[in-house]
Amino acid sequence: MPLNLVSKEEAEKVVQDILSAYPKKAQKDRAKHMNVVDESFPKDTKCVQTSNVKSRPGVMSVRGCAYAGSKGVVWGPVKDMIHISHGPVGCGYYSWAGRRNYYIGHTGVNTFGTMDFTSDFQERDVVFGGDKKLTQIIEEIEKLFPLNKGITIQSECPIGLIGDDIEAVARQASKKINKPVVPVRCEGFRGVSQSLGHHIANDTIRDWVFENKHVDTNSFAQEIEDSPYNIAIIGDYNIGGDAWTSRKILEDMGLSVIAQWSGDGTLSELVNTKKVKLNVLHCYRSMNYISRYMEEAFGIPWIEYNFFGPTQIFASMRKIASLFDDKIKEKTEYLISEVYGPRLQRIIDKYKPRIQGKKIALYVGGLRPRHIVTAFEDLGAEVIALGYEFAHADDYERTTHYVDNATIVVDDATEHELEKILKELKPDLFGSGIKEKYQAQKMGIPFRQMHSWDYSGPYHGVEGFEIFARDVDMAVNGYVWKELTPPWKRV
Amino acid sequence: MGIDKELNIKDHLKLFREEEFKELFRDKASKYESKIPEDEINKIKEWHKSREYHELNWSREALVINPIKACQPLGAYLAAIGFEKTLVYSHGSQGCNAYFRTHLARHFKEPFPACSDAMTEDAAVFGGYNNMYEGLENAYTLYKPEMIAVNTTCMAEVIGDDLNAFIKNAKDKGHIPQDLPVPYAHTPSFVGSHIVGYDNMMHGILSQMSTPSGEKKDRINIIVGFDTYIGDYREIKRILDLFGVDYILLSDPSDILDSPANGEYKMYYGGTKLEDLKDAANSKATILLQKYTTKKTQELLKEWGQDVRVVNPIGIKGTDELMMAISGLTGKPVPEQLEIERGRAVDAITDSYYWIYGKQFAFQGDPDLAYGLSRYLMELGGEPVHVMCTNGTKDWVEDMEKLKEEFPQGKEMNVYMGKDMWHLRTLLIQEFVPFLIGTSYHKYVERDLNDLGFPLKLIRIGYPIHDRHHLHRFSIIGYQGAIQLLTWIVNSIFDYIDNDTKGMATTDYSYDIIR
Repeated sequence: MPLNLVSKEEAEKVVQDILSAYPKKAQKDRAKHMNVVDESFPKDTKCVQTSNVKSRPGVMSVRGCAYAGSKGVVWGPVKDMIHISHGPVGCGYYSWAGRRNYYIGHTGVNTFGTMDFTSDFQERDVVFGGDKKLTQIIEEIEKLFPLNKGITIQSECPIGLIGDDIEAVARQASKKINKPVVPVRCEGFRGVSQSLGHHIANDTIRDWVFENKHVDTNSFAQEIEDSPYNIAIIGDYNIGGDAWTSRKILEDMGLSVIAQWSGDGTLSELVNTKKVKLNVLHCYRSMNYISRYMEEAFGIPWIEYNFFGPTQIFASMRKIASLFDDKIKEKTEYLISEVYGPRLQRIIDKYKPRIQGKKIALYVGGLRPRHIVTAFEDLGAEVIALGYEFAHADDYERTTHYVDNATIVVDDATEHELEKILKELKPDLFGSGIKEKYQAQKMGIPFRQMHSWDYSGPYHGVEGFEIFARDVDMAVNGYVWKELTPPWKRV
Repeated sequence: MGIDKELNIKDHLKLFREEEFKELFRDKASKYESKIPEDEINKIKEWHKSREYHELNWSREALVINPIKACQPLGAYLAAIGFEKTLVYSHGSQGCNAYFRTHLARHFKEPFPACSDAMTEDAAVFGGYNNMYEGLENAYTLYKPEMIAVNTTCMAEVIGDDLNAFIKNAKDKGHIPQDLPVPYAHTPSFVGSHIVGYDNMMHGILSQMSTPSGEKKDRINIIVGFDTYIGDYREIKRILDLFGVDYILLSDPSDILDSPANGEYKMYYGGTKLEDLKDAANSKATILLQKYTTKKTQELLKEWGQDVRVVNPIGIKGTDELMMAISGLTGKPVPEQLEIERGRAVDAITDSYYWIYGKQFAFQGDPDLAYGLSRYLMELGGEPVHVMCTNGTKDWVEDMEKLKEEFPQGKEMNVYMGKDMWHLRTLLIQEFVPFLIGTSYHKYVERDLNDLGFPLKLIRIGYPIHDRHHLHRFSIIGYQGAIQLLTWIVNSIFDYIDNDTKGMATTDYSYDIIR
């Protein structure tokens, strides 16, 4: 039952207030990106919620770029390959170890996740081209890091503008070193957000990992036992260990997770994924492309799941189990009723009274704003506003399945819009990113970073929900929020 | 917390050490990862310790690994945000803006508002003027700045967008008012580093916002440089106030990057008044607290006919130079209060230097900090053995060579420009020193060296510091700053000694309670 902490009229007024501040052209455009959604809202929002289009210039969008989507999200976590930030120094530097894709490995020896490899373009490289330099960089990588399993070239803006032929470099280099060298055309000006970077990265995995352009990758894959229970986790970047707690549930159910995409992932796992019986997809937005490809090319079915909070975890476990035999189904029911269920009930018993009735606002990437809604509801809280940086129409459609109270849904929000929402609706918690964090806190609104779990986590899975509940409580019930106004100014 | 204890909730700090997760990791590694066998990994680690690997690493010509430098716009952002009601605006791809804001916010733990005009593929073909027209109009309407400071990122630079013409046209076409100041700077990321970007933006703002009227006022301009210690801006103002000097601090982000949590968010806080900025050319002199960050700006100040002094007020000698520069330019004596503070700093050094004397240090970071800290370490009796700047330049190296001659331990100092953190890693293995002064990134060097059997200790001074809180609030310049730096350095040495001597019944005779 929706709590209806905010009425539809209130929510609609906030939207009007937001729009009234814009110049005409921007106003007309931004109106298409905002809706107030409740249970009466059409479940097919494709026609009403504009998304995945260019941000208006100068409005202070939160979005990143295609390079961030490829290097920062999809490819970067593949731990035993080396990812070259190809172009000037900044992109690699700013994204260096900034995303907490946890992995196990000897960094600098057999894994390279928290390192920044860059071609550090200088003016002469822009003028004369960087292909020769790139060839030399690959040679130097091979000499210094012989245990790498392959290399990706993550293009930054200038590469696509100066006409470098990184594909040719990659072709020659991969033949020479006999490892995959993957050219990724994820220049930051391509597309409208991180999202195209995800897609481009997915396509390069298709071409260079599965379709063996240049080098046969099969020799990089460990031989695995065939089993009807072999599955792969797709679209979990192991932020703070998310994929590990997810993996644990799936293995507890009796399944074998033979690959993680791409948090704590390896080339071997990527290659072996064509042998799984099922792909389970967490981040639909960033990895639906490769899932669809594997379905077409190898006949592997895929299903979406959601491991945030007991309601969704249990529903997802059952949904996954339903595709397997009775042994798996029985194990799943046992886990839910005897192990996880009681364990998480203790968490709800403790934390729900402390979180009940709290208003939540979320502004994250392309998946979490909807995925986390139920986890908050499990704790008695309600999401009153949510938005995505880079969602597409299919994400908004899915969102309606999660939302039944009056909720402002905003696409590619600007700083101005977020500020208005916080000011007028005064949520008890705002979950967003580092750029939004300190602004909210100055306003006296408790905040959790929902990209990085605010350096906590994991938030996925059973252990994840425990940590999530603890962190939400810590945020909304922190003492310091009572101290924003000095006693001499209190009314 | 009681509630937590009862449920025994474990997050990533402890959770994954549980046997069930360790088992899960072993299983994954052995069955699916095609993992390199441990003995092969250990062989590579041994090789990393060899002279051969070091030489191979240092013979790199093209590949850069873990550079300790950012790109130009990041510096431009810091320079621009220190002016009153100024909106930072980036002409180029929008992802760049997200990265700069993120990186700066993580250091200052503060909002860092800035706009981008979000150029995409079509702008690559037609030029970015439409983005700029609409971008300036939207930014001005929504965020009501009194000045917009425009910098560029790679895309705009590669396609050769003309900022001057674009801004003029934006005004002529009525997108923004004619009288709205919109200074700009070209800040290509493939030239120099963030310190050059700082210089370009400072130069852009000063040259476009201020012109000498001919009259010279008895007033000093101060330019701090790419300084990420908020306390430094306050310290220089306090020092000048003690002198009773009329001054203009050109770019003062100490309010906007340290604003109160009081229930209200304001996008603009404090900063150098635009009125003062416009009059800056008429000051008789400018003191710059960083040299390699302000090269182009210094030229402008000279063109303005100002008396230009560059000091590096880190440590005793450096702060003395600042005192004498202020005193020399104004004719005012050094205030008694500051002389007392100098005495306190010297007193603190007399208390502590025995523990620093002869200790060997490595440093990696920006060149001005490298110079000031190396000199101060030598004042403390320490030995800066390896001083490395990824963004060091030849003139910096020359200055460092001269610095060597000022102290007996200077002959032990090795100076490296253009080297990255992977260079530093193998250098420290070959020529080990126990103390490394650097950024948060350098914790990886500390971990790696510790793993390979070298007891390296990191002392965090510089930019960025993302993994420790509030260090950026302090001041590291002036006599007060000297005490602050001394405190960090000497106590890090004590931490190191304690850690090294705490072995029960083996070495803990030296685990002293009195030091």
